[in-house]
Amino acid sequence: MRYLPLTQDNRTEMLAAIGAKNVDELFCDLPKSALASAKFNLPNTQSEMSVERDLGKMAAKNLNCGQAPSFLGAGNYRHHTPASLDYIIQRGEFLTAYTPYQPEISQGTLQAIYEFQTQVALMTGMEVANASMYDGATACSEAVAMACRVTKRTRALISGKVHPHYADVTSTSMKFLNVDVDCLAPDPFNVEDLIGRVDSSLACVVVQTPSFFGHLSNFTALAEACRSAGVLLVVCVSDPVSLGALIPPGRMGADIVVADGQSLAGPMGFGGPGVGLFATREKYVRQMPGRLAGETTDEDGRRGWVLTLSTREQHIRREKATSNICTNSGLIALAFSVHMTLLGEAGFKRLAKLNHAMAAVLARKLASVKDVRVLPSNYFNEFVVELPKDAAEVAEQLAARGILGGIPVSRFYPTYPELTDLLLVTATETNTMEDIDAFTGALKEVLS
Amino acid sequence: MTKPTTASGHAGLQLEQALIFEQDTPGATAVDLPDLPDHIDTMGEFENKDAIGLPGLSEPEVVRHYTRLSQKNYSIDSGFYPLGSCTMKHNPRLNEKMARLPGLADIHPFQPVSTVQGALELIDTCAHWLTELTGMAAVAMSPAAGAHGELCGLMCIKSAHDAAGSSRSIVLVPDSAHGTNPATAALCGYTVESIPANAEGRVDLGALKSRLGPDIAAVMITNPNTCGLFERECIEIADAVHEAGAYFYMDGANFNAIVGRLRLSDLGVDAMHINLHKTFSTPHGGGGPGAGPTVISKALAPFAPVPFVVRKGDGYEVEEHAGFGAAKQSYGRMKGFHGQFGVFVRALSYMMSMGVDGLKQASGDAVLNANYLLARLSAELTPAYPGPCMHEAVFDDRFLKGTGVTTLDIAKALIDEGFHPPTMYFPLVVHGALLMEPTETESKAALDQFIESMLHLARKAKAGDAAEAFKAAPQLAPRRRLDETKAARKPILRWKPSEDAAARQAAE
Repeated sequence: MRYLPLTQDNRTEMLAAIGAKNVDELFCDLPKSALASAKFNLPNTQSEMSVERDLGKMAAKNLNCGQAPSFLGAGNYRHHTPASLDYIIQRGEFLTAYTPYQPEISQGTLQAIYEFQTQVALMTGMEVANASMYDGATACSEAVAMACRVTKRTRALISGKVHPHYADVTSTSMKFLNVDVDCLAPDPFNVEDLIGRVDSSLACVVVQTPSFFGHLSNFTALAEACRSAGVLLVVCVSDPVSLGALIPPGRMGADIVVADGQSLAGPMGFGGPGVGLFATREKYVRQMPGRLAGETTDEDGRRGWVLTLSTREQHIRREKATSNICTNSGLIALAFSVHMTLLGEAGFKRLAKLNHAMAAVLARKLASVKDVRVLPSNYFNEFVVELPKDAAEVAEQLAARGILGGIPVSRFYPTYPELTDLLLVTATETNTMEDIDAFTGALKEVLS
Repeated sequence: MTKPTTASGHAGLQLEQALIFEQDTPGATAVDLPDLPDHIDTMGEFENKDAIGLPGLSEPEVVRHYTRLSQKNYSIDSGFYPLGSCTMKHNPRLNEKMARLPGLADIHPFQPVSTVQGALELIDTCAHWLTELTGMAAVAMSPAAGAHGELCGLMCIKSAHDAAGSSRSIVLVPDSAHGTNPATAALCGYTVESIPANAEGRVDLGALKSRLGPDIAAVMITNPNTCGLFERECIEIADAVHEAGAYFYMDGANFNAIVGRLRLSDLGVDAMHINLHKTFSTPHGGGGPGAGPTVISKALAPFAPVPFVVRKGDGYEVEEHAGFGAAKQSYGRMKGFHGQFGVFVRALSYMMSMGVDGLKQASGDAVLNANYLLARLSAELTPAYPGPCMHEAVFDDRFLKGTGVTTLDIAKALIDEGFHPPTMYFPLVVHGALLMEPTETESKAALDQFIESMLHLARKAKAGDAAEAFKAAPQLAPRRRLDETKAARKPILRWKPSEDAAARQAAE
């Protein structure tokens, strides 16, 4: 077996050093009954070539987004990542290191986390960010749990324009903590009255911009209402590329900002792994979940980094920890950070503008198709369109024509008949004018 | 011989590297993008006209930056990494190659299901390997890491109790448990009580039995435990737990010791998470991403979280909504999309490569390597428990008594010897613990080198007068000991422009 270096001679020699007759003797504490009944109906070892062949067959059964013009978003986005990014994250020193528990020999990971924390804080307009959560949805859930700790309240309100997976993950985890989560119904047609619902029994209000349906919002007035009721405002961001063009949530008065960094980190990968971005205000830092890298000095007075404020964390605080998270999404956070470093201020802003421009072109073209209506009047790179028929059927028919043309909203909300004709579409810099024309043409055919 | 000081601050191949924010060339970018198409902007009042504050660098500068940073890291690729309970085994590059196949990487979670049949087949195949290797009825694939898997298991258990109308409030966890166990139980709304260990480093069955009762919801036990020992009374524990109407959660962090040798179903386990980033070789990436699929018994399966893949005719579908169809009793959703798909690809690539015969050989070699360390290091170190151990060996600090040298000092001195230190001061039940997990992917030669260094350090400590030298370690790493107290007292968690630079920027 190519991954196992011990030879039979090694094993014999080592057993002699141990004073055991055979390897089975080392397993003497395992129950005899369980050893005897163990049967596994699984294949034996396979060569590298053979594994490549088998997995290649599975891969070939999928229609990948490089083969078909694709306009899919809903929290997972297809962006171009520079070639140097994948090279950097495949360096073994990053890829195959553990959590930086020994800082003297982990300065690379620690400095990269510190840079990541700074980038996320700057982009979101917040004061501090952590070293990452699993994904955007779990980051949202952690934000609500944190708001409950800060306010010592046990009620949360989630806007109906928040990603349904974020809302589901949050309500699932809060249910077990007896936190009462009020998820408003999805309504892409009207403006929600959130300010009217703010009261001092709430720990937080959770909103999203760009919203799940693509709307842009300014939450300044809501933040003001929250502040006077002692309620925290949690803002989710759909595609963080939008932060290159839109007013950052921090400047609107957000207390916690969360997002999924996948869109800037790398491939969609069928939705995972992503990376949860989590930023907040400095005054709440001791209630924050997750790891934090901080600056310090070594014995020679040289600047260096360590994991810090770990008395919040499970390995020290156990059942009183702010979260149970241990492994987070380190390598994807690195990928995100590398991409942001490659882009820089100028590149990031340009990428955002390009995304918006492509979406604006797409929206105009789609709106020119008979009986198709673009719902949001302000959007970034994603928006919901109303079709004259069932959007799930349309998406299937488009796929049959080799176009991945949006996601039927009903996939997320099977019990809302008023949403069945809605299709969520996204354009990014990876789309071409030809893609947009092909999509528009196919949609015309499908609807005619 | 003292190290020469250099004008640059570099020391040969150890290159100092400033923060990206200190390398800013305003306006520079390493990414070129096409011109904007003609369009009508619709961002309106929401558009940001202000600076964000991100630095600009060129591609060569960025590549050099991260290359230099990487060279400040120790990794499994570069050397022996016996970090106990972390299973730092070799990460095959085939896994990385497979995860990058466009048909597996460049697919979207919400494409029509008809266009991602291969992805669903892959998840189903990975799930099949995990249920077959554990003998369990089902597996929840979506948990993102070990602690998330623990939470999944306890949520299933809580839901099963709720469905049965039973309101039990306490979870029992041994003192030796990983910190995530009590933290997880608390997140599930449970009160945590500890179970004492006996002198052998195992759960005290008598004490456990006497605490079991109608208020106990579950017992969480790591097996093999964090002392590197198999809980040999595991079946009796499971029986007692079940008799009391509670569930048996087994923490699978140490599954690498037993994979391919026995099935959890034969031990009476109700739920266990599997760290794909430990046992099944997916890389740790400096702290993730991992994946923590949780295998569950038939009794818990109806409560499993969405999403899950179901076979339908010749194809696959995915159940995405709790409360509907096969997910009628599901407690909800834990993670966005379909779980850590990219990690599933890597783990499946590994499992297929190893095969069931290879996995059995791997657990055998992992345990053999650990026992070899235990046997040879016992010449100078003090094992916390007599052997045989499972895949990790734990030593206490009796061998350092009176030397003025601590476990931490030994760990830091090992850095100068060129090794990643073992896990220190864990498990908490072992005084000054050094927990060493060699894994099966180390050669005998690599173990022998480590053993020589470890014995040398132990002898040096015991010879006396060495405490000062130990306190000064490491001296040869990119940094000497870092001041963690200072970092925590006045936390600096991000870079900020100097006041001069900020003022200049404001003036512009």
